[in-house]
Amino acid sequence: MVEGLKSTPLYPLYEKYGGKLVDFGGWELPVQFSSILEEHQAVRERAGLFDVSHMGEVDVKGTDALAYIQKLITNDASKLVDGKALYSPMCYLDGGTVDDLLVYRYTEDHYLIVINASNIEKDVDWFKQNLEGDVQLTNISDHVSQLAVQGPLAEKVLQKLTEVDLSSIGFFHFKQDVNLNGLKGLVSRTGYTGEDGFEIYLANEDAPKLWDMIIEAGKDEGVLPCGLGARDTLRFEAKLPLYGQELSKDITPIEAGLGFFVKLDKPNFNGKEVLAAQKENGAPRKLVGIEMIDRGIPRSHYPVYAGEELIGEVTTGTQSPTLKKNVGLALIKQEYAALDNEVLVEIRNKKLKAKIVKAPFYKKSK
Amino acid sequence: MSEIKQNLKYSKEHEWVEVLDDNKVKIGITDFAQHSLGDIVFVELPELDDEVTVDETFGSVESVKAVSDVYSPVSGKIVETNSNLEDAPESINDDPYGAGWMVIVELSDSSELDNLLSAEEYDVFIKEEE
Repeated sequence: MVEGLKSTPLYPLYEKYGGKLVDFGGWELPVQFSSILEEHQAVRERAGLFDVSHMGEVDVKGTDALAYIQKLITNDASKLVDGKALYSPMCYLDGGTVDDLLVYRYTEDHYLIVINASNIEKDVDWFKQNLEGDVQLTNISDHVSQLAVQGPLAEKVLQKLTEVDLSSIGFFHFKQDVNLNGLKGLVSRTGYTGEDGFEIYLANEDAPKLWDMIIEAGKDEGVLPCGLGARDTLRFEAKLPLYGQELSKDITPIEAGLGFFVKLDKPNFNGKEVLAAQKENGAPRKLVGIEMIDRGIPRSHYPVYAGEELIGEVTTGTQSPTLKKNVGLALIKQEYAALDNEVLVEIRNKKLKAKIVKAPFYKKSK
Repeated sequence: MSEIKQNLKYSKEHEWVEVLDDNKVKIGITDFAQHSLGDIVFVELPELDDEVTVDETFGSVESVKAVSDVYSPVSGKIVETNSNLEDAPESINDDPYGAGWMVIVELSDSSELDNLLSAEEYDVFIKEEE
């Protein structure tokens, strides 16, 4: 273990499965097991298993819990029912993004909020600053592990471990206390890959056992252990934002193309004024897909130009494993964002041609 | 375990150098390097007749995840490049010492070869990095 880096309860298993470890925002996590491309393909065609225990979890309880969450997030949590979850950005008063997160509703006055690992401390501070009414916050991140089984065969594999009918759990629904071969976990049909699949929250001590069980159960289906590298290429193709790239304190959810998750018809919430104005009048910048015309791969933070004018930067880019094309997402000035418009990406001091294309780059077939 | 070829010389930036006839050398990246990089999807090489300088970058290799510069282990002039890498960059993963070769350089100062590592020295060097 590298000194000063945090690790998850799955750490002791990585070696057995051939994990190649990297420092990911202060966490020692596997970037890949076999190969990013093989793992990516496994998730698109079969299924893959991810350790995402570094994610943060905060328990929110109290008679004012709903009103409190409503003030924090831009999506409308009043639409939730017991056993349902939603995705939402969480904004500062100026509309910049604190984080993007999931809210799970256990009951009307009890919720679970799942946040990004690198933002746990900042988010919890923000939660505390905004605290009002009867709300009890508990940061349970250190006690909860999370595994994600993703891919078209995810349900078939996970079903082998439980008598609960998984097909009864709809997209963005969840069940608590699901018995998985004697282990208990919260199972939700959610994910970060653009595929069908489940995320399972469970006690730290049970997580390594569940990992082994899922790998064993998925042998015939070709389930592969997957690292953060494939997680990133998968979410990128599906245009799912990564905080720190597509979202930040300087990027609003409207600019990032997440207007659907900003509900202006609910009462006041942090950032509402700015976001409402951007939704109505258009934001100054827009997140677009780009595809290279010249030879080169766009990468995070590469500058984007129109002629001599700097118009923005690449937020994420790679060679799409599914399309085998050199593509990226870029946050650029609105006036250059039209489809097929040509722009220049500066790659190692050369300005290379690219054009605006539709994103996401991948949508699963129904 | 990384493969190391006995008949080659190596740089600390993980390039291999094969000494050919006529004051020329063939250059590629080592098995250790390709393994560390992961799936290689893009290679940028210098142009024919470009002058390269020892320890300066002459190209780059990109995996799905990251970009890595390739440093020239010698000084001289590019006399041949492996254009197959444009369509098949994965050759570097599959066969780093064969089909994955990158360039042939005509040396301007053959004494630079003396500064490179032998196979045994490189073996020790990467064991320290691992």
